[in-house]
Amino acid sequence: MRLLRDLVRTPEGAIGLGILAALVLVALFAPMLSAGDPLRIAGRALLPPFTDPAFPLGTDRLGRDVLAGILHGTRTSLAVGLAAALAAIAIGLCVGLTAGFAGGLVDEGLMRIVDAFQIVPSFLLALAFVSVIGASVPVVVLAIALGAWADPARLTRAQVLSIRERDYVASARVIGMHPAEIAFREILPNALPPVLALSAIIVAAAILTEAALSFLGLGDPNVVTWGSMIAEGRNILRSSPSLSIFPGIALVVTVVGVYLFSEGLTKALGGRRLEP
Amino acid sequence: MNRAIRLIRRRAISSIPVLLIVVVLTFLLLESASGDAVDAYLLSIGGGDATVAQSLRQAYGLDQSMLARLWLYVSSLAKLDLGWSVAFGRPVLDLILERLPNTLLLMGSATALSFGLGSALGIVAGAKPESIIDRALSTCSLILYAIPSFWLGLVLSIVFAVQLRWLPTSGIETIASGKAGLARAMDIARHLVLPVGALALIYMALFLRVMRSGMAEAWTLDFVLFARSKGLSRSRIVLRHVARNAMLPLVTMLGLQSAAMLGGSVVIESIFAIPGFGRLAQEAVSGRDAPLLMGIIVVSAVLVICVNLLVDLVYAALDPRVGASEPNS
Repeated sequence: MRLLRDLVRTPEGAIGLGILAALVLVALFAPMLSAGDPLRIAGRALLPPFTDPAFPLGTDRLGRDVLAGILHGTRTSLAVGLAAALAAIAIGLCVGLTAGFAGGLVDEGLMRIVDAFQIVPSFLLALAFVSVIGASVPVVVLAIALGAWADPARLTRAQVLSIRERDYVASARVIGMHPAEIAFREILPNALPPVLALSAIIVAAAILTEAALSFLGLGDPNVVTWGSMIAEGRNILRSSPSLSIFPGIALVVTVVGVYLFSEGLTKALGGRRLEP
Repeated sequence: MNRAIRLIRRRAISSIPVLLIVVVLTFLLLESASGDAVDAYLLSIGGGDATVAQSLRQAYGLDQSMLARLWLYVSSLAKLDLGWSVAFGRPVLDLILERLPNTLLLMGSATALSFGLGSALGIVAGAKPESIIDRALSTCSLILYAIPSFWLGLVLSIVFAVQLRWLPTSGIETIASGKAGLARAMDIARHLVLPVGALALIYMALFLRVMRSGMAEAWTLDFVLFARSKGLSRSRIVLRHVARNAMLPLVTMLGLQSAAMLGGSVVIESIFAIPGFGRLAQEAVSGRDAPLLMGIIVVSAVLVICVNLLVDLVYAALDPRVGASEPNS
């Protein structure tokens, strides 16, 4: 709760939180804001934006409502971004903690795997993964997480290595605390904040990767995404550029919101850090 | 010089196991796909009977066990043989080497432009942290960095190629123009303005932010305080003391971003129809060409290793404290 108060006090945090809250509301209430399947044909094809009050942002080549697509696309973008980041952080924490605590050969082996995932371009990996397994929302989430877990893993390991040498961990050891208890009660809570600060950046990257994948036609074909809307509009870019421009603006606003939130979070966390 | 050679040798040795992990994991991933290269080939030629498939599998060694094939792949990789592309009917290595120069040209120009502009603007922003100029530049760079590269590419091509008709929309050069020498170079440069611009603007924002935060941090350090107390001029402190120290993380960033840039080339090349490495990856995916995709991933990993080695060499030259005795981690 205190963190939230600190967060809102920074201008970045306040604006970022505002944007994200608005987006979450849109995502939650999308079925009420625009009823029915956003992929259905709703009206005359290629209606220009700002001409018909029933379709404020116009319609696409098949007569689908652009505004409905953008509202429903918020769900996919946020859900995939959050789920992929959550998966990446979870894998990264597990690997980083194991490597940091086990040390020796286990550490060496795990870190070489982390290296391997860091030198393969994560977008190529996602591309290969989706094309092999087949495009659906869970596969896209996993594909993005696969390319994103290496950074949090490396950071967690570095945190564990530095914290386990601190005095309070040594004293916990001296008073006979169980190693597992030291790991989960003394080290993990203190190793978490920088990893959490990184997570916002991972969410932003995941949203952009999802958009790029569906732009290339590798997203789930049964849900509407901003990336696939941009790709649809691209075919008639010369006559109706607005079809590609609106979903792109939605993407930029979302990612800016995540970045601002993350900057505010870093500032709020930085102000609270008491230990040297 | 001796230090550089030692660095290269140590890096080469430590890269081999990592590269091997990349090869094995990619092999296992592509192995789990339903259908193999022969299925894809038979589909592309309109089908064939079981005996043809059988003999083809025998010819390509696809009837052997997975471990045997993995061993075959790794040992032929050691001889720089990346296998045979099913979709193109040509050796994978030839295809990649043919496409790579276009991508390296694109990436190289985008990196140089974004590094130069980004660090220069970062110095302007970081010269006076929290000033109006700094806030304006930081806000702009935040928004710029949030823009997906493929969308920026589309918007740039709507404005400059479709509406204003200043620049070509796609391709790397005018087809069958018969141009040679300088005229051809100018033609390629004109085609590269938009894709390079789209990539460079986004990475410029990143370099600007890294440079700015490095400088903001350097202002509080003792040697800067000392330089100020000596009464050195502000511009001298900014350039010689603050910016110089903020430059090192920027060089590190360059290495870290090389993998992301290579991945980003897929969408940019697909938008501007540039026959490069990234577009080849997309063609491999749409053609279900596993050997080609495998080769692309392996080559991109090697490229990233090379860029990072280069960055380390530059870093060692910039910072004499980076010795040859540090543990490799």
